[in-house]
Amino acid sequence: MTAPASTQTVDLVARFPDSVTADTRPGFSGFIVKKENLVEVATAIRDEFGFDLLSSVTGVDYLAENMMEVVYHVHRTTGGPGLVFKTQVERVDPVEVPSLYSVWVGADFQEREAWDLLGIKFTGHPDLRRILMWEGFEGHPLRKDYKEGFFEEETKPFKSRWPDGHHNYVEFKNPYRDNLIFPEGFDPDNYTPKNEDDLYFSLERSSMKKAEGDLNTDHIVVNMGPHHPSTHGVLRVAVELNGETITSLKPVMGYLHRNHEKIGERNTYLQIMPYTDRLDYFNSMANNFGYAIAVEKLMNIPVAERAEYIRVIMAELSRIQNHFIFIGMLINDLGSMYTPSLYAFEERELILDIFEAVSGARMMCNYFRFGGVVRDIPADVLQKIKDLVFDRLPAKIDEMERFLNENEVLVGRLKGVHVLNAEEAIRHSVTGPVLRAAGVPYDLRRADPYSVYDRFDFDVAVRHNGDMYDNYLIRFDEMRQSLRILEQALKQIPEGPINSQKPQYQVRVPAGESYGRIESPKGELAYYLVSNGKPNPYRYHVRAPSFINLTAVETMCKGVKIADFVALLAMFDIVMGEVDR
Amino acid sequence: MEEHKEENKYEGLNLPNYNIPEDIQNVVSITTIDRLYNWGRRWSVWPLMFGLACCAIEMIAAQTARYDMARFGMEVMRPTPRQADMMLVSGTVTKKMLPSIIRLYNQMPEPKYVVAMGACASSGGPFKEGYNVVAGIDKFLPVDVYIPGCPPTPQALIAGMMKLQEKIDKQSIKKVRWYEKGKNDSNYVPMPILGPDLIDVRRNAEYKEAAAKKEGAA
Repeated sequence: MTAPASTQTVDLVARFPDSVTADTRPGFSGFIVKKENLVEVATAIRDEFGFDLLSSVTGVDYLAENMMEVVYHVHRTTGGPGLVFKTQVERVDPVEVPSLYSVWVGADFQEREAWDLLGIKFTGHPDLRRILMWEGFEGHPLRKDYKEGFFEEETKPFKSRWPDGHHNYVEFKNPYRDNLIFPEGFDPDNYTPKNEDDLYFSLERSSMKKAEGDLNTDHIVVNMGPHHPSTHGVLRVAVELNGETITSLKPVMGYLHRNHEKIGERNTYLQIMPYTDRLDYFNSMANNFGYAIAVEKLMNIPVAERAEYIRVIMAELSRIQNHFIFIGMLINDLGSMYTPSLYAFEERELILDIFEAVSGARMMCNYFRFGGVVRDIPADVLQKIKDLVFDRLPAKIDEMERFLNENEVLVGRLKGVHVLNAEEAIRHSVTGPVLRAAGVPYDLRRADPYSVYDRFDFDVAVRHNGDMYDNYLIRFDEMRQSLRILEQALKQIPEGPINSQKPQYQVRVPAGESYGRIESPKGELAYYLVSNGKPNPYRYHVRAPSFINLTAVETMCKGVKIADFVALLAMFDIVMGEVDR
Repeated sequence: MEEHKEENKYEGLNLPNYNIPEDIQNVVSITTIDRLYNWGRRWSVWPLMFGLACCAIEMIAAQTARYDMARFGMEVMRPTPRQADMMLVSGTVTKKMLPSIIRLYNQMPEPKYVVAMGACASSGGPFKEGYNVVAGIDKFLPVDVYIPGCPPTPQALIAGMMKLQEKIDKQSIKKVRWYEKGKNDSNYVPMPILGPDLIDVRRNAEYKEAAAKKEGAA
């Protein structure tokens, strides 16, 4: 078992005998911290034990035990396994847990999400508003006693869909004939919607001191999005401007919140796989990878040797096409509409051809299975991959660099515009290329190797200035390293079966928890799963890198010009499917 | 027009069955106002630059070199609804996003078309049961073309666009709803409100009744 390894490195119980106990439930690991001592213990974990990166915060609603649990995963940016600690509170409203915002700022959005979806109130959080749903929404959807408008049965597959050979429309089970729930006796005519005062109050309205005889000036609030060509989807940002300079800013998300986790908790383990495709829709292969690893950890099964190589090949191809598009889109945002992205999409189409050949779909591959992959790579496709990797892609990456790197406008816009320094990035739980461009060589493929990455010879791409130009260049570095991995993987790939298990629709998953994480092109992508031994996961949580990276956007963008803000946002390479889930 | 021609594809600007001498075919056209008008519109459908989710990526892919939607006069993506003719609802419509979509639609000048791209926009798709998902944009907007797929491939998208062109061909200025007299904006959709759940103000009475019934039952 890989799970308990995380507890061996650190003995929290010896350090805090009064407030910490080990989690002894079968299949679970980590420590349970008393809620009263949470901040104290967390500070010690950060300062004494060196776990400086808060990876994930999430809650689990144990309805039967009448208990709410908040689960924290922390890691060291120097590498190695992580640490899990939890705090448990009685499930009586208001469920209150002290906020860890003061210890790790990266807890900011994740705690807001837990408040929004699970109704856990984090005391001491500076700005605890709903984050994915709108203010005024009734209920906390991820609680186990929350039923949606189109609720059918507790778990899939639904038996009620085809009673006696007739199909049932779920619409007819809802009194409103729609996906709606209203509180009892609700009167829409006399309802006044909540306006967004909370959001605007949360912007730090800096008071303008005016000297005698000065012009009467004021800051203005500008809303960017959700329909805005440069926000990479449906992100909305409320910005307070002093002239052209941003004085305060708040991202507003949830415009693509499609209830991934709630739907996931009703699906069987395998049924979730195609849903993960739609998280970060540029990299369905990477999403599959992380989820497969999380479930395999829970099931404690090996992965077929050939499948491991196929997985690595697919994940790295995915990274290359993602970074190509990043560069195209970045330059789009800088004002050169479309031409560079045409070059980027040209390469992407070739990689998508490979995905289509192996999985049957261009974007939503649904290719991984527990213990392996679903289909083998045909020989001609393998040859195509080799042609790409050994021949075409290196040349095309060089070409792209030749076109762009010295471009005066690009250099002028990017060079010297500060993104994040290492300390800020770690504090805000930023991972992925942005963290590495700030000089922290934290790449999970090296820091905590998964799959067969420990067999390959490659460098972790690092740049040290932390400005936008470095953030841009590091994508080229990463593409080159991916090509190195691909070259080795293509040479080493063995023959053999592609799945260690029999193909099956329903997998048996023992009770317990697991945290599977991979280095996705956007950062650390992790899945937290709690199983109670049934065919459906009890809790399914996605630690989405795009979402958590956005925590830093506020710090990062204060004091920059609004035109730079558009490019800074592009640096994070966010995908709204992953941000909102 | 004969029946098979109804089904048949677009035949150009000229009306069929008129013989124009070959030497003046470049300069003379015999056509109707409708045909001329539709001919102009079908080759210049400007989409609203508006992406919601995964489908938006395939929409971009359809614009790029390999698929090249510019062949159909649809490459001019307009970020502002004021200059757009067609709204491509490319992705999952969530309740939180819906008011913005309705506002954009109301801001578009007529004639305007709505294309539901992909399973989510057509019916809610895989996310239909979700608490924040609207099960199909057609509950609010009049959809002209549905494109199946999750996401539809660029080829499927282009096929859908061609269907829209066929639809445009068959319209007549006399009959289309936006030139009807005596009606104020027949296309206007009232803005839904985000309350405890999504409130479609056109259905307020129904909601009230259902909520009261529920109370009685309980």
